[in-house]
Amino acid sequence: MMRRFCLSVAGFFAASAACADWAINMPRGATQMSAETYGLHMMVFYWCVAIAVVVFGAMIFTMVRHRKSRGVTPAKFSHSMTAEVIWTTIPIIILLLMALPAAETLIRIEDNRDPDLTIVVTGYQWRWQYSYQGENVSYYSSIALPSNIARRIHSGIDPRSVDNYLLEVDNPLVVPKGAKIRVLLTSNDVIHSWWVPELSIKKDAIPGFMNETWFQAEETGVYRGQCAELCGMDHAYMPIVVEVVEPDAFQSWLDSEKEAPPAEPTAE
Amino acid sequence: MSTAVADAHIDDHHGPEKGFKRWLFATNHKDIGTMYLVFSLIMLFVGGAMAMVIRTELLSPGLQFVNPNFFNQMTTMHALVMIFGAIMPAFVGLANWMIPLMIGAPDMALPRMNNWSFWILPAAFTILLSTFFVPGGAPAGGWTMYPPLILQTGDAFPFLIFSIHLMGLSSIMGAINIIVTIINMRAPEMTLLKMPMFVWSWLITAYLLIAVMPVLAGAVTMLLTDQFFGTSFFLAAGGGDPVMYQHIFWFFGHPEVYIMILPAFGIVSEVIPTFARKPLFGHDSMVYAISAIAFLSFIVWAHHMFTVGMPLAGQLFFMFATMLIAVPTGVKIFNWTATMWRGAMSFETPMLFALAFLFLFTIGGFSGVMVAIVPADIQYQDSYFVVAHFHYVLVPGALFAIMGAVYYWLPKWTGRMYNEKLGQIHFWLTAVFVNVTFFPMHFLGLAGMPRRIPDYATQFADFNFVASIGAFGFGLSQLLFAYVVISCIRGRGERATTEVWDHPRGLEWTVPSPAPFHTFEKPPKIPEAHVFS
Repeated sequence: MMRRFCLSVAGFFAASAACADWAINMPRGATQMSAETYGLHMMVFYWCVAIAVVVFGAMIFTMVRHRKSRGVTPAKFSHSMTAEVIWTTIPIIILLLMALPAAETLIRIEDNRDPDLTIVVTGYQWRWQYSYQGENVSYYSSIALPSNIARRIHSGIDPRSVDNYLLEVDNPLVVPKGAKIRVLLTSNDVIHSWWVPELSIKKDAIPGFMNETWFQAEETGVYRGQCAELCGMDHAYMPIVVEVVEPDAFQSWLDSEKEAPPAEPTAE
Repeated sequence: MSTAVADAHIDDHHGPEKGFKRWLFATNHKDIGTMYLVFSLIMLFVGGAMAMVIRTELLSPGLQFVNPNFFNQMTTMHALVMIFGAIMPAFVGLANWMIPLMIGAPDMALPRMNNWSFWILPAAFTILLSTFFVPGGAPAGGWTMYPPLILQTGDAFPFLIFSIHLMGLSSIMGAINIIVTIINMRAPEMTLLKMPMFVWSWLITAYLLIAVMPVLAGAVTMLLTDQFFGTSFFLAAGGGDPVMYQHIFWFFGHPEVYIMILPAFGIVSEVIPTFARKPLFGHDSMVYAISAIAFLSFIVWAHHMFTVGMPLAGQLFFMFATMLIAVPTGVKIFNWTATMWRGAMSFETPMLFALAFLFLFTIGGFSGVMVAIVPADIQYQDSYFVVAHFHYVLVPGALFAIMGAVYYWLPKWTGRMYNEKLGQIHFWLTAVFVNVTFFPMHFLGLAGMPRRIPDYATQFADFNFVASIGAFGFGLSQLLFAYVVISCIRGRGERATTEVWDHPRGLEWTVPSPAPFHTFEKPPKIPEAHVFS
């Protein structure tokens, strides 16, 4: 019953958080950019639906009406310059209507200027390392132990009994709400990709390169993501957890990190 | 070459060789076409078996059947086998069988090279598939073979590179053959713009193949030298650039996906007019559209790389260029619909596949427009949304066109009608299950599920379950296809007429069914009813 309600038309367009198991849409997310991204996604989607209604409508109509079994004689026409011009021009116009807002948002996304905080994210096989520039705080973030045990083949543990199965880490990335966080990305070995859907952030972590992106979370919360570039055996097992906290909470956390950093894996 | 003695010599030729020599030394385009098609059907099942392993593991959360490394081998090899072993050889097989028949030529221009083009493929796939048995197992770095990861492949690595080279050679030689045949051996009245669309689509595809297969060869050779000969093309520590590989690979890779769809467009342009009993709408426009798509396919490659850290200008250019491809593709969809419009349609199996192509390829096209939008693509890239997109254009796209073509031309090849009832059942099972399998993947991607993972967070469980059930149904339904095709080949079914269908257009419908071993030994005059204007 609950599921049927979720799948109703109203639920279709609403935020999907209420019925995560059957989630069918991208999250609106916690940043201005993620909301814009969601908006672009929905805009393109609606255009596609509109075009589909027209095109599939025409196809279904003709399949029903123009069939031999109805005894029709086939027409003989096979050209129309007018039609060709119309159905070339209209799509071009529609594409322009999509391309312009997309370009605007993209330009905003690529504006990495004036960050409040810079964090260097390094991808490893198979965990992340976070390093707060200028703060002398740096640590590894690996998949949490309960998930890491349950995920083994024939572990005998039901994944549904593990909280945030495959999406929990031992040391999350902690950032203050409202600050523009610049994320510098690189890798120690193969290409990885840092993806947090609710922050609409995904950028490849490439060895020998420093990539740059940013996010600015408007709401506190815990946002989870995964590695998004095949990186070997445990590609599925290097999740990302970002905790967005109030600025004071962040400052206390940062201070305590400087005094007693978490235990690090022996391998660098 | 037209003395009485020479003609008598030709007339004395009593058909094909007997036994294995007929096949091993084949130079006849029909025999070689048959071999390509049989090979591709076998590879479809091999790749399909790998897909079954993938979907079995993904049936529910938790790891139950295979370990992660083997799972990655499955995803990698599934793609390599399907792309290079099933889809491409099937289209080449159709090209071999049908191009000479459609243009009124006695055979392909270079029949002995044609033999090599085929026989290289079983060798290449023996080498590739043997990697399951070497230390380290089969390649597991994705069919895209990105470095540095691919350089962590074990002993399979040189086998992988070598087999790719062989496949490339096969494609290049085949493409040369096709171009030379089409340009030089058409019946005298058949000017280029009077060729059937299937031939046009292959002419253009062949140019794409020649342009990009060498680029793939270059890319994988650089991988090879980075691994074994101390070069650093893609290794940052030596001053190289892993992203350069991606540029080179996708410069091949994007035209490659058009190589896999243009012949499908050609097939649909043959099938729909026949069963709508109406000429193809906008024939010239269709030729220009296919040419535009082919041209554009060279300038969009970096849309596979929107998250690598490309400069803004690059992202904007590739976004606009990619969106532009929707225009000529849309033109084709509209032209096919206009072909049907006010025709008199019947819905035999080939037509069912062509119509399903129209509908479902269009859905793949919609998700294609969505992924072209860069800010949105940041969320879609490397997620199941992309997996949904390309499976929609490849399975109900390319594969349905191939199956439709097989049903369409099987009576011409074998002289017997296939079982129409079973064909329709095969179609409906396939069409339903393909959607059950791949449509939920759109939702999974939007909900945040990455690709190439053997296990997933529990909120993805329900749609994964649905997709896996769909995959099992889809796989089983293809056994019915094999049964229908094999029965037809073995002679069960009513005899086919010369025309087979209701006044189809094209020279292939002027020769008897089954088509004799040698056809059009003299260039034909094209009957009025078979002229494509």
